[in-house]
Amino acid sequence: MEQGVEGLTVEQAIANLQQTEDLGLRYYAAWWLGKFRVAQPEAIDTLLIALEDEADRSPDGGYPLRRNAARALGKLNEPRVVPALIHCLDCPDYYVREAAAQALEQLGDKSCVSALVNLLAGGVEAAVPVPGKPHLVQPYEAILEALGTLGARETVPLMQPFLTHPVVKVQLAAARALYQLTQEPQYGERLVQGLQADKLPLRRSALIDLGAVGYLPGADAIAQTLAENSLKVISLKGLLEFSLRDLPSSAETWEFSPESVHIMQLMDGLL
Amino acid sequence: MTQVQQLITAIEQATSPNTLVQAVWNLANAQDLAAIPTLIEVLGYNNPGAAVAAVEGLVKLGERAVPILLENIDGYDYGARAWANRALARIGDPRALEMLLEAASQDFALSVRRAAAKGLGGIQWEKLPPEEQQTAQERTLTTLAQILAKDEEWVVRYAAVVGLEGLGQQQGQFRERILEILRSHLSQESELAVRARIQWAQQKQPTLN
Repeated sequence: MEQGVEGLTVEQAIANLQQTEDLGLRYYAAWWLGKFRVAQPEAIDTLLIALEDEADRSPDGGYPLRRNAARALGKLNEPRVVPALIHCLDCPDYYVREAAAQALEQLGDKSCVSALVNLLAGGVEAAVPVPGKPHLVQPYEAILEALGTLGARETVPLMQPFLTHPVVKVQLAAARALYQLTQEPQYGERLVQGLQADKLPLRRSALIDLGAVGYLPGADAIAQTLAENSLKVISLKGLLEFSLRDLPSSAETWEFSPESVHIMQLMDGLL
Repeated sequence: MTQVQQLITAIEQATSPNTLVQAVWNLANAQDLAAIPTLIEVLGYNNPGAAVAAVEGLVKLGERAVPILLENIDGYDYGARAWANRALARIGDPRALEMLLEAASQDFALSVRRAAAKGLGGIQWEKLPPEEQQTAQERTLTTLAQILAKDEEWVVRYAAVVGLEGLGQQQGQFRERILEILRSHLSQESELAVRARIQWAQQKQPTLN
């Protein structure tokens, strides 16, 4: 069994998560089980209990252990945890809701779609900042991205208004999801526009989104963005793999499309 | 003040990232040896636009920039080191060979390893004394083959394929061995992008098949 930096074993991590004396040990153990993808039933049971934790509270009333447990469960590919994560979408802690939406996206189980849609209630008008907090009332980026990944086509009309949300990251999340759901170039082009954003973190977001959805016409714009070559190469790798999706896996010699060759040329140039 | 000193002053006094990038391009385009230390310094500014401009300026100055680059590689800033290796890789001067071999196989930063691995494919071997060429090329081939087999980062393995392809295109006597290295690695490569790059490298050298 793989050992963490702290030298934990699976048994110790589960025991650390079950004890209630040392909150720090529990928090770390939940992270560790996800990091090393420990998917044995006992670990999952213990993480599910941690989703209901009341002991570990942050000064602002948040639930740090629940956040880490939700993140860990997203990595464990176990469908039976989906109902508990859906329940977390109603948690008063914003960061628990965000972690749950991201975990549900990773798990790929469509039964959470209506619960995610509920969080979009009120549309863009309701999607306002919480006074005194660095976030909006709901984790819109995570919700929109999850609905896109889950292939929830029926949510397209609900999502379109978020392209005009005042927060650019929310706009990009909507464009990413809408492209995944419709394959319409207008949404890919909206991500390409994001590569021109003034702020580097937004350009980075757009790079990640373009790579994740495999928008092939964006290749040159990706190569030219003002951002680290490392991120540009990762984004282009996403495009390259997407461009290879139709290659017969049995082929001994691959017949590359002009797009695939062009993307490899761009990647070579960024090394 | 000379014209180059004015251009350098403009870089030092730039008030925004954009004016900095423009000022670096102006200095890069001046093609003056006196600009080299400043262009190297810009590699450490953590501004990708400015670094691209500085690399272009250094590459255009070519082998005259190599000794100063080699003396000024920043051991503590891996961002700057990656850009410097990129400049050395593009210039292809064999005086950078030791630096590139070490960077490609041992640097902790993957951005440095990938830049150096690609650069090893573009060394201008004819600038080495004939009696040194074969040994140097053998070491390069062995190093790139080891990187392809062992580096844990897909992008460094990808760069090793690009480096091997470059070496094979320049030095026909290695082509058979390079193709064999690529062929034997293909089946154990986990990343689709690296497998694709290997296939493409093989297809570009049809005389080898």
